Amino acid sequence: MRTALLILALVVMVCLPLVLHRSNTGPDSFGGTDDKATAVVARLDPDYKPWMHSLWSPPSSEIATLLFSLQAAIGAGVIGYYLGYLKGRGRKG
Amino acid sequence: MHIMEGYLPVAHAAGWWVVSLPFMAAGVRSLKRIIMDHPSARALLGTSSAFVFVLSALKLPSVTGSSSHPTGTGLGAILFGPSVMAVLGSIVLLFQALLLAHGGLTTLGANAFSMAIVGPWVAFGLFHGLRRCRVSFSFSAFLATTLGNLATYVCTSAQLALAFPDAASGFAGSFVKFLAVFAITQIPIALAEGIITVILLNTLRSYNPEELRGLDVLPKGGLST
Repeated sequence: MRTALLILALVVMVCLPLVLHRSNTGPDSFGGTDDKATAVVARLDPDYKPWMHSLWSPPSSEIATLLFSLQAAIGAGVIGYYLGYLKGRGRKG
Repeated sequence: MHIMEGYLPVAHAAGWWVVSLPFMAAGVRSLKRIIMDHPSARALLGTSSAFVFVLSALKLPSVTGSSSHPTGTGLGAILFGPSVMAVLGSIVLLFQALLLAHGGLTTLGANAFSMAIVGPWVAFGLFHGLRRCRVSFSFSAFLATTLGNLATYVCTSAQLALAFPDAASGFAGSFVKFLAVFAITQIPIALAEGIITVILLNTLRSYNPEELRGLDVLPKGGLST
């Protein structure tokens, strides 16, 4: 019961921003803070040039999404396996 | 909290590596000790790493109209102490730097310091401090992981402000600018991390209380509240 309420609070908290900013559909809408920080650096020190670039970048945002999903899926798989193991062990006594 | 590749001047990038390396070395030792002393906790250790994997991949929308991600390092810090998280968190950061162009190798020292060191130490310290003050298990875990996540982002803001002080207002002015990007966006996301961590910890507590007692997360022989 308490877990259900916590999950409900979580869903509300994630959906609320989408409702609050539903009119905001520009290219910058819900951009990542990491990129915004990079923009602040550019404002503070316009002459700064990054002295190293990523060795490899995902060729498109779709591929980046694929890799992020893969990261989450692997993690979720491990957690699910462990919780399932605990639950099964509990039932056997 | 990922400072992008090349976005710290050479001296800062190297400096944060020097600061973080001893924590990573201590983490490897702590990891070995945990595996020796609690062989049965290996699966839980894997689960704690997996938790960092999942949470740091989830970019969530925030009330400010930006999105940001939780870090997941509070769970492992509460279960195993903050040292091991320097290793587990850095592995995830390395994965993201190499395969996702998210963060970077030159900035890995700085990013490890905020996500894999400061966050876990704050979460660990708060959890045990609150427990000592007889605050309930769930609420202690919630507050500790929420504030641990926020601490990571405050740390990133400070690191960037140190590297790029404002021409007029110096470090303080720049710190406020970076906090404006990170901190407010992060509050609901930190709360979300707190809630998810509590759900998982409560599940572990009901299915595997003996393991948590063995790791001194729950009081030995006492009530598990």
